[in-house]
Amino acid sequence: MSNQHLSPLRVPLVSEARTLGQLTEEICAPMERPPTWKWWAAFAIAVSILGTGAGIVAYQVGTGIGVWGLNKTVGWAFDITNFVFWVGIGHAGTLISAILFLFRQKWRTSINRAAEAMTLFAVMCAALFPVIHMGRPWLAFWVLPYPNTRGSLWVNFRSPLLWDVFAISTYFTVSAVFWYVGLIPDLATVRDRAKAGIRKAVFKVLSLGWTGSHRTWSRYETVYLLLAGLATPLVLSVHTIVSMDFATSVIPGWHTTIFPPYFVAGAVFSGFAMVLTLMIITRVVLGYEHLITIRHLENMTKVIIVTGGIVSLAYGTEVFIAWYSGNEYERYAFLNRAFGPYAWAYWTMVTCNVVSPHLFWFKKIRTSPAAIFVLSLVINVGMWFERFVIIVTSLHRDFLPSSWSMYTPTAVEVGTFIGTFGLFFTLFLLFVRVLPIISIGEVKSVLGFAREPGEVPADSGTRKPAHSAPEPLPAAQGSMAAPALAMATRKDVPV
Amino acid sequence: MSASVLIGYFDSEEKVLDATRAVREAGYALHDVYTPYAVHGMDDAMGLRPSRLTWVCFGAGLTGAAAALSLQYYTSVVSWPLNVGGKPFNSFPAFIPVSFELTVLFAALTTVAAFLIRAKLFPGNKRVALPRVTDDRFAIAVEPREAPADMAAAEDVLRRHGAVEMARVEVAS
Repeated sequence: MSNQHLSPLRVPLVSEARTLGQLTEEICAPMERPPTWKWWAAFAIAVSILGTGAGIVAYQVGTGIGVWGLNKTVGWAFDITNFVFWVGIGHAGTLISAILFLFRQKWRTSINRAAEAMTLFAVMCAALFPVIHMGRPWLAFWVLPYPNTRGSLWVNFRSPLLWDVFAISTYFTVSAVFWYVGLIPDLATVRDRAKAGIRKAVFKVLSLGWTGSHRTWSRYETVYLLLAGLATPLVLSVHTIVSMDFATSVIPGWHTTIFPPYFVAGAVFSGFAMVLTLMIITRVVLGYEHLITIRHLENMTKVIIVTGGIVSLAYGTEVFIAWYSGNEYERYAFLNRAFGPYAWAYWTMVTCNVVSPHLFWFKKIRTSPAAIFVLSLVINVGMWFERFVIIVTSLHRDFLPSSWSMYTPTAVEVGTFIGTFGLFFTLFLLFVRVLPIISIGEVKSVLGFAREPGEVPADSGTRKPAHSAPEPLPAAQGSMAAPALAMATRKDVPV
Repeated sequence: MSASVLIGYFDSEEKVLDATRAVREAGYALHDVYTPYAVHGMDDAMGLRPSRLTWVCFGAGLTGAAAALSLQYYTSVVSWPLNVGGKPFNSFPAFIPVSFELTVLFAALTTVAAFLIRAKLFPGNKRVALPRVTDDRFAIAVEPREAPADMAAAEDVLRRHGAVEMARVEVAS
């Protein structure tokens, strides 16, 4: 780790002294104890929302998407808004796991696993919307270029919608692989802790025979670095391509070249807000305040200030260019956004996304989990409205005033959206029960970060091992390390 | 034929790094080192060469890009060219996004597959980890020569570098 070269100003990443064994125990504890009634209550709520959502989806697939509030002017609205919203949320995980890894931001180690899981679940929610939007979801495979009996009628590779198919499916696959590769060593830890039984059997298969061999670790580190290098441009490409769904069209308010960076910044902005929402609850419920520290929360709020600033700048640039272009349709699109019938949505967006992140300049707010929690929800509301404003206000008053119309979502559309939250939280609640939500191996590697070598307590032999395997022969002079460094056994530590 | 392997257990990364260096300097064959997390500096201590998986990744990325471009060229120019407003059939700039995505997809999946094959990781694997090395122990597996004196000397090296426990295991060689 070569921590000896660190500045003395560095603060330890794990805020309380822990032994390696204690970390294993703490992080594995939630999976190994029976769920509390609070978990069951949360799970019951999530599953019932998911069930309702599934019923609503079944209804609209059975009836046809005429049950939505779309009309011939507004052909994209709630569904696409929700798609972009969820894809955006799905950007934080890979950003944390890949980009922060390349930048050697070691604080990422205790949040990357959960953030990546969140990414996967958010992308699943996102992918549902275009599939439902197809109207005949059983033909969803038509978006793939496969030889077919229709003459081999191929997909149109010049269409941004097809780029989306490739971008989202690649993103999901690579994120899932990245996540799983990161999990393998921890799955082995869980395997070795499990007594015989189904848990042992399942984790034995999942951990693929990981032994902790350094020859494997060495290759593993190379692969992890390569995947991070691949995932970094990938995550930027995904929302870039999503923004091209709009930017390559000729609709005033959509047809702008700043969309790719603007969308990517917005995605990171909303993704970090969602990570904060989840992590603030998780760290308290599972007692991980010393692993996911205030400093982690503070760092994420700083990312929010930056990305929020980029988003604000993009809003300003759009308005300026609309005026400066001299194009009357473009000008009208932006006047209509700010003062037209959807002005309430526009100003909600501005308040939530432009004004509220600036509260994070205050150290008091940055270090108060309650305040961050509220602001993270506000930002996600704002980012949802951003997509709604971009999509609906640009469409509802197009070039011909005779075709102007208004759009209101129906109960089916709102129900589908709420249903995806059911899916998201069901998956997340299952995840915190069945997998280690913090990367055990990575947190162990930063345990000594900014601590003197002797400061990391080593517990030698005093603890009863969790393994069924017999202890190896004690070394003849095994007392060398044991008494001097022995510290409280783990029974004294609440886990 | 089976070989006798000496395993020394350590309780901190500093000690295991020192011991690994010492074992190599003493000229013993290092079977492997087992650690609960990736110990940085261990590659040097063990004298491992950089992994060649980067080349696999590069090759797979090139393959992905070539496959994506050929697929798009074939479908849009050869198999069923569609005249859209007189635009060229081989509209290369429009092919970049899909080519990029497939480059990343091929590179990532192939690299991980190559890693799993090279490290012999697969479901149903019968290998068992040494006690506590996936938790809080670091283990060095040394292959000393058969002579008892040699074995004792190897034990001594490990002990001097702070081994807390030791074991002798017969492994198939």
